[in-house]
Amino acid sequence: MAKFKGAIVVETEKCKGCSLCVVACPTGVIELARDVNAKGYHYAYMANPDACIGCSSCGLVCPDTVITVYRTKAS
Amino acid sequence: MTATTEINKIINEDNLVYKKTNLLLDNEMHYCPGCTHGVIHKVIAEVIDEMDIQNETIGVSPVGCSVLAYNYIDIDWQEAAHGRAPALATATSRLMPEKYVFTYQGDGDLASIGCAEIIHACNRGENIVVFFVNNAIYGMTGGQMAPTTLEGQVTATTPYGRNTALNGHTMKITEMIALLPGTRYVTRQSAETPAAVRKLKKAVRKAFENTTEKKGLSFIEIVGTCSSGWKLTPTQSNEWMKENMFPFYQLGTLKDE
Ligand SMILES: Cc1ncc(C[n+]2csc(CCOP(=O)(O)OP(=O)(O)O)c2C)c(N)n1
Ligand code: SF4
Ligand code: SF4
Repeated sequence: MAKFKGAIVVETEKCKGCSLCVVACPTGVIELARDVNAKGYHYAYMANPDACIGCSSCGLVCPDTVITVYRTKAS
Repeated sequence: MTATTEINKIINEDNLVYKKTNLLLDNEMHYCPGCTHGVIHKVIAEVIDEMDIQNETIGVSPVGCSVLAYNYIDIDWQEAAHGRAPALATATSRLMPEKYVFTYQGDGDLASIGCAEIIHACNRGENIVVFFVNNAIYGMTGGQMAPTTLEGQVTATTPYGRNTALNGHTMKITEMIALLPGTRYVTRQSAETPAAVRKLKKAVRKAFENTTEKKGLSFIEIVGTCSSGWKLTPTQSNEWMKENMFPFYQLGTLKDE
């Protein structure tokens, strides 16, 4: 089991659906939503939240810096 | 415990590990989805924040997609005519030698119309930092050929691919600049993976720190993408960059004195 549990919050209205976070996530947490935001972009969301280890990879590569990352020790 | 309550427990100020630096303003970036400019802005803002030099830093923005950089990073800025950012930065740093002065320029701006300015600023050894964003085309104006366009690369003005007999050779401006005695730190980085972003951040920090020693110019090329100009998706653009640009524009530090 992973040592850390993580979670991300995406500012969905500012996400441009570029998918760079989807590719950067080592544990396959993120997918693009079927829904779109006001600008028409399929925004990123945690499709597999249990897999998140809070490594911040997604946050680092997001060109629009719309991801906030949280991490805690797995209980 | 349900999955949602567990997530809600993790999302808590005490567990925060990554968030947007306060130096990045809340303005929505006008860049296309996946644009490398956004990642580079973020890294520069984070370093200025971590070094606590917000009030001592002056940026000079170019003509090109990043002309509006001043809308995103909360420091003092000037906006130069096309290619002339190194001239403006020269004046600024000579008049205010205690400031951290940098230019932020695309490859059309720096390697084409501003070729003379950058070469002479480097040769004079101005005490500035230069960020050179190489996406191998003119992004803002619709993806025309730049001096940095690869041989065979299709652009709006080279629809059959760049032909060196007709269009000249691809220019490695960073290698040329490394030869000049006025430069002390010359490096080529990228920003497509978390590891690359971390490396870029170290290079940006080093470049700003060099400013206090006044021993010459620090020059960071960032090989990046322009998915709109390249007519690829952002993820395809990163693949194209790795396959085609990295073998020619080899990443790494050329000079560190
Ligand atoms: C004197 C002058 N000539 C030409 C232009 C048109 N122009 C605007 S942006 C640009 C090229 C910018 O390309 P680059 O520096 O590669 O930046 P990018 O947009 O790709 O980030 C050109 C030629 C101009 N604004 N001013
Ligand atoms: S923090 Fe790491 S594991 Fe969690 S979504 Fe982001 S990249 Fe994936
Ligand atoms: S990298 Fe950022 S802008 Fe791109 S899809 Fe992910 S959250 Fe959205």
